Amino acid sequence: MTASRVISPREPAGTVHREGIILRYTLSERVHHWLGAFFYIYCLVTGLAFWSPYMFWLAVLVGGGPTARFWHPWFGLAFTASMFWMYKMWDRDMRITEVDRRWSKAMEYYIKNEDEKLPPVGRFNYGQKLFFWLMLYGVILLVISGIGLWFVEGIPWSLRWLRYLAVTVHVAAALATIGGFIIHVYMGTAMVRGGFTSIIRGEVSTIWAKTHHRLWYEQVTGNRTKEK
Amino acid sequence: MSQATLAIRRISGHAGPAPGDDVERDYQVCKLIDTTTCIGCKACEVACLEWNGYTFTDTVFDNSYQTMPQTAWNYWNLIKFNEHEREDGSITLLMRKDQCMHCADPGCLTACPADGAIVQYTNGIVDFQQQNCIGCGYCVSGCPFDIPKFNPTTKKMFKCTLCVDRVSEGLEPACIKSCPTGCLHFGTKDDMVDLAETRAKQLRENYGIEKAGVYDPAGVGGTGVIYVLHDVTNPEAYGGLPKNPRIPFLVRFWKGPAKWIGNLAMLGGILGVTLHYLRYGPKQVDAEHENGGKP
Repeated sequence: MTASRVISPREPAGTVHREGIILRYTLSERVHHWLGAFFYIYCLVTGLAFWSPYMFWLAVLVGGGPTARFWHPWFGLAFTASMFWMYKMWDRDMRITEVDRRWSKAMEYYIKNEDEKLPPVGRFNYGQKLFFWLMLYGVILLVISGIGLWFVEGIPWSLRWLRYLAVTVHVAAALATIGGFIIHVYMGTAMVRGGFTSIIRGEVSTIWAKTHHRLWYEQVTGNRTKEK
Repeated sequence: MSQATLAIRRISGHAGPAPGDDVERDYQVCKLIDTTTCIGCKACEVACLEWNGYTFTDTVFDNSYQTMPQTAWNYWNLIKFNEHEREDGSITLLMRKDQCMHCADPGCLTACPADGAIVQYTNGIVDFQQQNCIGCGYCVSGCPFDIPKFNPTTKKMFKCTLCVDRVSEGLEPACIKSCPTGCLHFGTKDDMVDLAETRAKQLRENYGIEKAGVYDPAGVGGTGVIYVLHDVTNPEAYGGLPKNPRIPFLVRFWKGPAKWIGNLAMLGGILGVTLHYLRYGPKQVDAEHENGGKP
């Protein structure tokens, strides 16, 4: 259990590292998750500073208002790129399936921690998928409206309604992603034990996989364990 | 303005009350632009550049006398030339000096997120404080007159200051000083409105310009710059002066109810997950497995 090991960074997710341990996130997935997290949190902190005078002090944390204003759009573009990278990595895993639809109807049990009443799910559950699509569509709206805010003088006066629409869409999309972000951080750190470790070290126990992602567990271990 | 506080209130050993003690003072300043006597000489454009330390920039020719399509970060005062067809088919040239209107209810100030980047003085002047400006451009979205402009080098916003540095020393703005026809006036808001109304009445009654009137739009609470127009029913003809300017609805929504909705939603989210944790706690995998599922 405590033996050190050498893992190739190219190992695919689902590799059984050793007895009782499965690779849940590849190195590439973890790196891109944390790059995205870094870019998003920067945009969140600076965006909240621009959002409310009571949070303007947040801009001081990252070098003051003008500096925050200068970098916010660039970090926004970086986050957009990282979201599209995640889309490339996870598009197939994130598609909503029939299993998810059944699971979503029983989500109440998930919230109440009565997981035994839930249908088994694959690599990601419905909530994780929902968060992914929220962030993807959110960032699309944010980047389009954000470019409008960035080059607001480039929007001609005759199309000025676009200027007003841009601030509104940017704020609405940002708030939607913040809602998802709060739940995501809560679930990843406090609620689902083992989840945070999995996105850092990449590994989960087989029992964790079996509990939270039964179908994925069966899929990745099925062939291998049956050979034994 | 600063000297106003030095008005005498009481005098020792003086027979009777202090002179001027009962005078009602109007601190609100105002610029009056009479478009009916403007000759389009652009002296105000040059005076503005000179006083504010900008050099003349390249003009943009567009089959008109107009210097450039719109004001710029370093060109705050622009006469807009507009060919206008009268009802009888003849052509007239409408000329309007365009600059910051110094709204009583300024959209730029409402939209601005940076502490102290835009101030409104008691005398009504709306002034950008570049040392506090973060260059976000929200004021561009808030302004119903399309006035604030971005300096790409310093990344700060600029616009007409109504020569606050002159006005605070008891001088009139540079544009007023330079006007050769006297179509520009400067004084208290009450005096300027009074003068403008008198002029409009004169135009209506003595010159037969029936639609002459004063442009002092109520939608932004009145402005610190008012116009006398030949046709007050059609301000758009004067280079896009809005008929009923207001802070855009979406900007007011964003800076008003949306703040509350958003802040309550964010607080609600944090409170919600905290309560969830207290009520239901973490998801434990099989208790027999030590570390709660961690490898």
